[in-house]
Amino acid sequence: MGDREIATAENAGTPETPPLLAVAGVERRFGPGAAALAGVDLALGAGEILALLGPSGSGKTTLLKVVAGFETPDKGRVTLSGRDITALSPAKRNIGMVFQHYALFPHMSAAENIAFPLAMRGHARQSIREKVSSALALVGLSGYGDRLPRQLSGGQQQRVALARAIVFDPALLLLDEPFGALDRKLRTQMQAEMKSLQRRLGIATLFVTHDQEEALALSDRIAVMNEGRIAQIGTAEDLYRRPASRFVAEFVGEANLFRGRAGVIGGPAHARTVEVKLETGGEMLASLPPGDRAVHYGADLALVLRPERPRRLAAADAAENRVSGTVAEATYLGETIRYRVALERGGEILLRWPAERERLAPGARLELGWSAADMTAVLWA
Amino acid sequence: MSARRPGWAPLAAGALPLAFLGVLFLYPVARLLLLSVEDGSLRAFERAAADALYLGVLLETLKLSLIVAAICLVLAYPAAYFLATASRGWAALGFACLLLPFWSSILVRTYAWTIVLGRNGLVNRLLLETGLIAEPLALLNNEAGVVVGMVHVLLPYMVFPIYAVMLRIDRDLAAAASGLGASPWRVFTRIYFPLTLPGAFAGSVLVFVIALGFFVTPAILGGGRVVTIGLLIEDQVRRFLDWPFAAALAALLLAAAFLIQGTFQRVLRGETRWH
Repeated sequence: MGDREIATAENAGTPETPPLLAVAGVERRFGPGAAALAGVDLALGAGEILALLGPSGSGKTTLLKVVAGFETPDKGRVTLSGRDITALSPAKRNIGMVFQHYALFPHMSAAENIAFPLAMRGHARQSIREKVSSALALVGLSGYGDRLPRQLSGGQQQRVALARAIVFDPALLLLDEPFGALDRKLRTQMQAEMKSLQRRLGIATLFVTHDQEEALALSDRIAVMNEGRIAQIGTAEDLYRRPASRFVAEFVGEANLFRGRAGVIGGPAHARTVEVKLETGGEMLASLPPGDRAVHYGADLALVLRPERPRRLAAADAAENRVSGTVAEATYLGETIRYRVALERGGEILLRWPAERERLAPGARLELGWSAADMTAVLWA
Repeated sequence: MSARRPGWAPLAAGALPLAFLGVLFLYPVARLLLLSVEDGSLRAFERAAADALYLGVLLETLKLSLIVAAICLVLAYPAAYFLATASRGWAALGFACLLLPFWSSILVRTYAWTIVLGRNGLVNRLLLETGLIAEPLALLNNEAGVVVGMVHVLLPYMVFPIYAVMLRIDRDLAAAASGLGASPWRVFTRIYFPLTLPGAFAGSVLVFVIALGFFVTPAILGGGRVVTIGLLIEDQVRRFLDWPFAAALAALLLAAAFLIQGTFQRVLRGETRWH
């Protein structure tokens, strides 16, 4: 945990430039039972876009509400631009938010909706008119200002909600499952537009999603949440290649998991490896995540192997880890083919290989191998 | 949305109540109204128009109904807000209080008010004993008493339409407004209140139209000194046995109710174009 916090601070700002948004030790509990937020630390740098990714009930929406001011944390602090906003009302935070179902005011036109935050800040009529029309232009809705929300399509409503959330130059933009209500094609298009708009405006953005593709497509970094905590925070590649826990390994992308006991830990400090005695018998060599301190001799481990890592071996080839098996099922997925391979010593393994490689039919026998660097060991629990 | 035709099932379901209303309500009402022109002339209507008394009573009735509707609105709005936002237990208690009066007859409830409002009634005794007034207030046998009684009976008809609209308001709207910089007061005046207007209009029209034809409460609490169009009609039927004239007055009342309902509905559509 401690290492990840340091990593977060490094990514989000140096001591000279403190993070734009800092969430420190935030806890929130609704009645008895598990806490919605059980101690969350998070830092967001200027201009950064960060995804809060997690299953439902993981606390991601509660965290967003705490930042927006709709929930007050039981413990911990939230600072924005160096100012403690933990107890500040939402109205005074200067944060723009796009709600899951947009929350456009149904009795106001698109232009009136966008003008609302400006009117609340006492802007002059003329300045409001100008800002509203340039915000409408920014989201590609010039000429739609007089429409009521119900006269707009889902994608247009979302653009209005976005324009309304950024028209007053907020310090931070929050998005709550912003594309969940759109169909797949429109979603992809809106994600691309959203990302280019966010880049152009350079506005720091925090968004909640349960869709990992969306998190990958939009964000600089991803915070994976589970049971009210941040399980891991990092770039998409960090999460995929170097998951810090079994939960992250399984939640982000596909993973083969092997369970076993840690044996001897060796290798140089920056690339430590661990010998693992598998519960199904046999041994494997896996790498430890950088900076890991949790894995010790005898620990109950999960070995995470991404399905594209194993190679097909010829009889003479050597590899740090080696298994043999029979293809049980081949599924064509377009760019890739997914093989389910039944292992000779029990269990099975998933492979995902480029489709243009040689095809294997069910029943084909094959030898597979991968290096220790291809497989990460994390605690099973 | 599929464009399937609804078929015969809704028709069949509606047939029995429609037949019931048609035979037992519409037909007698139509017959009654036809009495006003039974002799082939509009004499009854001419008489109603010629005498300032009848027009005056109609206007008085409109005014009384308007006052009742306005007071109901002011009382019902916070009550509906309470019901729509309170926790489950409090809301259940609120509903019980609101619905309890329906368990007793309107006659009983109206007579109960004479105990409260009379010269030696609860209100006057309380005010006299605390020294707030020296002389008992006249709360009965005048318009004040009638208004109190009618408001009491009609309040639920105002609360429910407002409550129903409030329940449908997306809670995210208030959160969004507040996040965009609106103070709680601004959230109410700019977002919440405008969105509840359809309910307030609907409740007002309902209460107003029911109040127009009210009979029992003005009869008992007005003590003969408050004359409404409903009392006038009853007078014509029972005292003067002048059915055609009673029918003419009833037709006028019905026309007024339709006119007002229609006008309100137009305003409503203009004000709530988002629906």
